Formats: sequence, structure tokens, C-alpha cells
Amino acid sequence: MELICPAGTPASLEAAVEAGADAVYCGFRDETNARNFPGLNFSREELRKGVAFAHRRGVKVLVAINTFARAGAFGLWQEAIDDAVMAGADALILADLATLDYAHRRHPGQRLHVSVQAGAANPDAIRFYAETFGAQRVVLPRVLNVMEIASMVRETSCETEVFVFGGLCVMEEGRCSLSSYATGQSPNMNGVCSPASHVAYAERNGHIVSTLGGFTINSFGKDEPAGYPTLCKGRFATPRGSGYIFEEPVSLDAALMLPALRDAGVTAFKIEGRQRGRAYIAGVVSSFRKILAAIDEGRSPPAVSLAAMAEGQASTVGAYRKGWR
Amino acid sequence: MSDPQMTRSAAIPATLPPGLARAVAPLPLAPLQPLLALMLHRIGRLYPDLYGRLGEHADKRFGIDPTDLPFALLLEPSLRQPRLCAVRALPARLDASIRGPLVGLVGMAEGTLDGDALFFSRILWVEGDVAAALALRNAIDDARIDFGAVMLGPLGQRLGQVLRRKLQGRSAAVGAETWS
Repeated sequence: MELICPAGTPASLEAAVEAGADAVYCGFRDETNARNFPGLNFSREELRKGVAFAHRRGVKVLVAINTFARAGAFGLWQEAIDDAVMAGADALILADLATLDYAHRRHPGQRLHVSVQAGAANPDAIRFYAETFGAQRVVLPRVLNVMEIASMVRETSCETEVFVFGGLCVMEEGRCSLSSYATGQSPNMNGVCSPASHVAYAERNGHIVSTLGGFTINSFGKDEPAGYPTLCKGRFATPRGSGYIFEEPVSLDAALMLPALRDAGVTAFKIEGRQRGRAYIAGVVSSFRKILAAIDEGRSPPAVSLAAMAEGQASTVGAYRKGWR
Repeated sequence: MSDPQMTRSAAIPATLPPGLARAVAPLPLAPLQPLLALMLHRIGRLYPDLYGRLGEHADKRFGIDPTDLPFALLLEPSLRQPRLCAVRALPARLDASIRGPLVGLVGMAEGTLDGDALFFSRILWVEGDVAAALALRNAIDDARIDFGAVMLGPLGQRLGQVLRRKLQGRSAAVGAETWS
């Protein structure tokens, strides 16, 4: 089982490698990747050096070019693909059919992974990516339970990768427009969910009030843990009352589900958080490395609490165990 | 979508003893200013990549407010005229301000504490231009600044390690070192 870890900066890449990552994923400093945040991501030179650093330690580097190309600007995505291949990327993580088609034709030997942003959530979709573009792995959306994942693994020959920790999209990725409604920008097209330029925090009577594009998202009480200013985890006023409708501020933590996911046939476990600091990367990656080592050796996994790292300081196993059904 | 697996935990880095703040409050800030200017100059020299990552936000004005100290810092990273100075109160016209206990701010700057985790736990507070604050946080996190080494060379590096271990021993789990 591979452990796939995030890196928003070269320092984070090194932290992930040193903490025990099997592979690190990262992206360029532009709108071609779904974590296009201020001060994050890699220049071409940084990626080349990062790949060399990782390879010296036997760690792979996967490059996420996983936004959907803007009409009339496809050259930016083509350049990103060419430059990632030149830098020695072990795989490209792509979502847009046009980028998959370009990479498949232009770089036939390059390993391709289907990004979670593609929302490939059924065997037919996965088979299409594998047969049409030679995709060798698909990152599954965070909307499937373990039985559904096991069923899909049985029905396809493509490797599967699932998120096991970090920020939790409750919508099917690549198809969520909530951020667009509030800001005109989305992770799908611009690489940003709730872009920082549209976020504001204010203190009112001891509460922190977060707004996105002028819309109030949430109000956190004096000692209440806070969350990201995303609409899917905001409080809404409805005729039936006020509160969370889609999801509470919470992070995915599937540490307890790892044996079940392994038994389901999953190839790789992915940690979310390219926007997080080195401390998060080092802490979360080393914890999961220890848990995986214990599982591999047939020992009981060590008890670790990552709640302090989690959004809202709360965690959930999300859709892996759909208790509400 | 509530989940029975949901857990919560506090994440509270140590704050400086209130007595320390009271003791230093009457002291003048003037002797600090050349030290801060020197520190910023050395950071610019030792970690030049920081500016590439800050990009357009390098010319913005940041307020850094250690809530357990009786003064705050005004930071203008600008490549042309960098400025870091201590002030009794932050001016109103700032692009962004970041507030939290000194140990939290230093830990985040040195990469031993995670900024988002501090924010989730309500220890850290950001106001104003969130994009500028994020760019500053990410640029500093990538630079791997060792403040002890910046100020005092190898001796400062060692002193910093000892001090950090001591302070973080009093902290709840927020940073990387607490997981191992």
C-alpha cells in the first residue's frame, strides 16, 4: 500500500519525504492545479529539484495538473504537462479530457492518474479513462463507501487511490459550483475553492464571523473551533431552522478504515493538504506511516489523535461508512 | 452529517507568563528597533526565495501581534525598503494582521506549528487581506527560517532548539514534534 502525501512548497516536499511518503504530489504555481493559493506551489526549477531530491530517496513525485482548461488558453495546460514530464514526474494527475488526451498522445510512455477532480465514481467511467487514455490509476471521489469501492476495484483493472485524511469535499469533486456562485472562481476552473482574496474575517461580540464574497459563511462562538470559509461547511438559515446543511467543519480521518480499504483492493492512500504547513505534513505523514507499518506487520495500529490538525478540530470517516443510510 | 467517530481536542500552545509581559511593559522599545531591522536584513539575505513566493504581497503592510507581549510588530517586507519595527499599538491602516501568542507565531514561522491548526483552535486570528496573510505564511513556512541562527549564528541555532523544546513541552499537541 502506497502512502501519497501533499506538498505545497519544496520545504513541504522534503518534510513529506523525510516523514515516510512513498510518493509526493504537488503542482505548478498557476491555475493548472487545484490548490492555486497565494504563496504556494512550485516553479519549474523547484519541481526539477524536488523530483531529484525525492528520487534520490526512492520517493515518487506526482504532478497535479488537475483543473479544467480555459477555452482559448489550453497552451498553459499543455506547457504544464510538457514541463512536468521534462522535470521527471513519475505520474501526472489529470482531470480534463483534453489534458488526458494531450498527455496520452504527446507523452505515450508517461504514467497518468485520473484526478479526484474528474469525479470518476463508477466502473464505466474508470474503464473509459483506462482504455482511452491508458490511465493507470484513478483517485476516487470522497462520496463512495468501502463496499462500493471494493465493487469497483473488482470490475476494473485500474489501480485505485483514496483519500484517508484531510480536507473533505462533500460534493463530488469537479462538479461543485458553490465557490463559483459566491466568488466567480472555483477549484475546477481556477484551482481555488473559496479564494483567499474573497475571504474576510471579522470579530463581532467575541464571535469570529467569516464571509466569502460578501456572503456570511459562519459565526464561531468564543471557544468554538473554527473551520475553512467554504460554503459546503457554512451555516444556513432555512425555514426549518439554522445550522449546517451539507457538512460541519470537519476533516476526513479514515485511519481506522485502512484495513477495510486495503481489503477492498485499494492501491494507495492519499493525504490531503497541499495548502497546509510543514508541521501538518510531517505530523500527519509520519502518523500514517506508523499506522501502515503496523498493519503491514500484522500488529495493532498505534493510537494517534490527529484531531488538532483537523478542520473544526473534528474528524469523520465521511462516506466510507455511510451511517445515515 | 454527524459521525459517531467525531472527536475533538484542544490545541493550546504555551503563552508567556503574564508577569513577563508586565515586567517588560515599561521598557522603551527603542533598543529593539535596530535588532529587528538587523533581523529583517539578515532574513532577506539568508532566505531570498521568500520574496519570490510573496510576489505581489511583498509590498503590503503586515501587523504581527503577539497577544502575550505588550508590543506588536509592523512588517513591510518590501524588497526596496524592508521595515520591521516594534510598536505599542498597530496602526489602523494595515493590509493584514496576524494575532496570537508569541510561541504560536514563532512556531508557525519556524514550521514547527501548523497555521491552519492554530486557526482552527482559535489561537491564531487573521484580519484584513487574507490572501496577503496566506502568502506571507506560506513564504515563511517554505523558507525554513531559524530565528536563533539569524540573530546569533550557530550558537543561536542551538539556543533556539533548547528554548523551543522547553516551551513546546508546555504545549498541547499542535505541531509536528508532538506526533512522533
